[in-house]
Amino acid sequence: MSLSPNDPSTLDETVLSVRDLRTDVATPSGRKTVVKGLSFDLKRGETLCIAGESGSGKSITALSIMGLLPEPMARVSGGEVLFEGQDLTRIGEDAMRRIRGGDIAMIFQEPMTSLNPVLTVGRQLREAIRAHQDVSRSEADARALEMLTSVRLSEPARRLKQYPHELSGGMRQRVMIAMALACNPKILIADEPTTALDVTIQAQILQLIRDLQRDFGTAVIMITHDMGVVAEMADRVIVMNHGHIVERGTVADVFERPSDPYTRGLLDAVPKLGALTGIDTAPKEADSSQPPVLEVEDLVVRFDLHGGLLNRVTSRVHAVEGVSFRLEPGETLGLVGESGCGKSTIGKALMDLVAWEGDIRIAGTPAGIGGAQQQKRLRRDMQMIFQDPYASLDPRMTAGDLVGEPLVIHGLASGSDLKDRVRALFERVGLPADAMARHPHEFSGGQRQRICIARALALSPKVIIADESVSALDVSVQAKVLDLLQELQEDLGLSYLFISHDMAVVEQVSHRIAVMYLGQIVEMGTRRQVFENPQHDYTRRLLKAVPIPDPKRRRNVFDVPTGEIPSPVLPLGQSVDRLRYSDIGDRHLVAVS
Amino acid sequence: MAGYVLRRVLQSLMILIGISFLTFILLYLIPADPARQIAGRSASAQTVENIREQLGLNLPFYEQYLRYLSGLVQGDLGRSYLQKTEVGTLIWSRLPATLLLMLGAIVCELVIGLTMGLIAALKRNTATDTSLMVLSFVGVSSPQFVIGILLLYVFAVQLGWFPIGGYGTFMHMVLPSLTLGFLGAGWYSRMMRSSMIDVLRQDFIRTARAKGLKRWQVLFGHALPNALLPVIAMIGIDIGLFMSGIVVVESVFGWPGIGQLAWQAIQRVDIPIIMGVTLVSACAIVLGNFLADLIAPLIDPRIKLR
Repeated sequence: MSLSPNDPSTLDETVLSVRDLRTDVATPSGRKTVVKGLSFDLKRGETLCIAGESGSGKSITALSIMGLLPEPMARVSGGEVLFEGQDLTRIGEDAMRRIRGGDIAMIFQEPMTSLNPVLTVGRQLREAIRAHQDVSRSEADARALEMLTSVRLSEPARRLKQYPHELSGGMRQRVMIAMALACNPKILIADEPTTALDVTIQAQILQLIRDLQRDFGTAVIMITHDMGVVAEMADRVIVMNHGHIVERGTVADVFERPSDPYTRGLLDAVPKLGALTGIDTAPKEADSSQPPVLEVEDLVVRFDLHGGLLNRVTSRVHAVEGVSFRLEPGETLGLVGESGCGKSTIGKALMDLVAWEGDIRIAGTPAGIGGAQQQKRLRRDMQMIFQDPYASLDPRMTAGDLVGEPLVIHGLASGSDLKDRVRALFERVGLPADAMARHPHEFSGGQRQRICIARALALSPKVIIADESVSALDVSVQAKVLDLLQELQEDLGLSYLFISHDMAVVEQVSHRIAVMYLGQIVEMGTRRQVFENPQHDYTRRLLKAVPIPDPKRRRNVFDVPTGEIPSPVLPLGQSVDRLRYSDIGDRHLVAVS
Repeated sequence: MAGYVLRRVLQSLMILIGISFLTFILLYLIPADPARQIAGRSASAQTVENIREQLGLNLPFYEQYLRYLSGLVQGDLGRSYLQKTEVGTLIWSRLPATLLLMLGAIVCELVIGLTMGLIAALKRNTATDTSLMVLSFVGVSSPQFVIGILLLYVFAVQLGWFPIGGYGTFMHMVLPSLTLGFLGAGWYSRMMRSSMIDVLRQDFIRTARAKGLKRWQVLFGHALPNALLPVIAMIGIDIGLFMSGIVVVESVFGWPGIGQLAWQAIQRVDIPIIMGVTLVSACAIVLGNFLADLIAPLIDPRIKLR
């Protein structure tokens, strides 16, 4: 392909060549090959995205290239990784160490845990520089400062003296990138670099990687499950499934003419922001004489922080400040916002899991008044599905017992009646009846979330609070769970409070949307009002930051302001300014400043 | 910070008063009669009664305790029944020997325990690991007098490397320190091993390797400081363990510290000395924990004292 293969300035120059790579992992049932003969070339300055769902082998591929596999549990069992004429799988730890961080650098998914908590940012950066360059301490410090400036970290000189816990997730990921690029690597491997970050921060980091790649001429291997990120970033794409490459090509080819059925399925399952533009989806016409299933008036949740000589309250986290909304029968209200905005706290307050003030009415009956028995009865009408289906099921109970437990607690069924009702619930969520006797670890993530849904349905609630209920699932599984939730809504007339950070998913399921920022709602209206005619600055910013899984709509520059979200912690006595709203027509509420 | 220290000091004082009260009750309730002990077997009932009155032992319990407490706030620990000396003076003269022994024991347990734990973690699931953990299990589960006598027999009696007992030179210190530190070394090695294994699994270790650092840089620069955090919190609690150990170890090795003083006082029901040693031990434990808490934020920047 290249006109003059000896000219290093040629863009087509291959910097890394992976040939028939195979990696084994030890499992309880013996060794298993998880990367099955992977081959690809990486060219100078290009971005190659390796996309796939969990278990596809994409992260293991990255670790195999870097020689960072957790040996002896995992090891490269065949093939070669060619870099500058050497096979990295054979050169030995000492030679590999000199390449790691120097010629090939890597950034990881979890910025919160990827930096050493007891060492300063400066020390960790300096160490990376001095591992590969023969420079003095002060020269390394100067270089570290320069790198922090180039990753656009605010107050870089002060950051050098800070510890990782003093920085937010986005800032830590910037430090990781500075560290990775400090020695001008030829190749940067980024393993899900923005998955743990909020969407506006994600946009900032993606923009940063693009800019630095252009400035430094680095070739990037980006590993991601997010097809939106792929479409925004990739030159070429590899789609992996169960250790095999199922599809490869330019980003346009893969998105527009996917040849493999798995890729087609994956792309179909990805929720696309704007997919419902112009389409009305009103909830099924409900009996207007019925009261709303949920009315929330002026909800306030604050958490006290203690300090001082007598350990008195010195400051408060204003998690939720005067939130009001109502939920009609058969309706889905999407509650969106970034981490720390208070959306999950609202869910917890509604379930009475945190202390709250204000007025909550469930099907017309006020909550928080009356005895324990009355409160317990009231909670029957409202159930919650949590984010992590792995952590929210007791590992020692059978699926059947887990689903039947609410019925037992409320004394609604026992004996063969209980069994029949649990069986019906399993059928309802699409699980086989013989699954009742099995334990949670025998199910996949999607199946576990079905168990959680069945448990929530056991008491025939009117409202289900779904707190990031599909966020931990792969897109293909996520699509099926969302279908199930919508089907249940149509059949049973359920109302959902759908809490999520994922704008595309929220658009797909919600009738109405409330956007939260710093404990308050900044905009609320129907899906079309909020997504097609966003009025508040923050709503617009959020929508703009979402990566679109369509390379034709790729933005050359993410139009997002830099900086961090302010803190909801205020000293005692100081209060939050309550937002006032104006109705710009047809109950589309926008905060006015 | 100043507020934190003040609050902790006040808390500590409350704890010490509580301990003095509990110990006083326990000693009041023991069936032995100190007056009879002082007077001797052949003394008449009248003599015993006189002694009892003289020492205030005939007073009701609460009055005895208040008397003791009012002395205590003035720094007076009372007089020994039998030695006719101030308890404060007695303890003060014995304290340096005990502190020296404790220092030796801390060095022993840290050096032995941390090294064993570190090696075991790095050689995880090998024969070295298994044998080190068996050794640490022996350390944790053997009574100290057994270890002490065993060490004495092998290294002092048979090999003659160290003196059999007594106090004065560095050589005198080795065996008692080892005996007292052996238990702690067992704990520390187990703790260090699991802590190190846990830290080596963390993401930031992978980051350190991805930077291209050398193996020793990853181990000592990144893993060790994190692995030491739980161990340091232990040292404060450890001083309490020592306090129970010194009574045995000082008796076995004839070490002239407060442990020996306590042992002699217990045999003779010399209540003021028992009270005094108990309170000094309690002070040491409270102080040890306090110091560990003060040191913690210096090592782990995430900890803030409030």
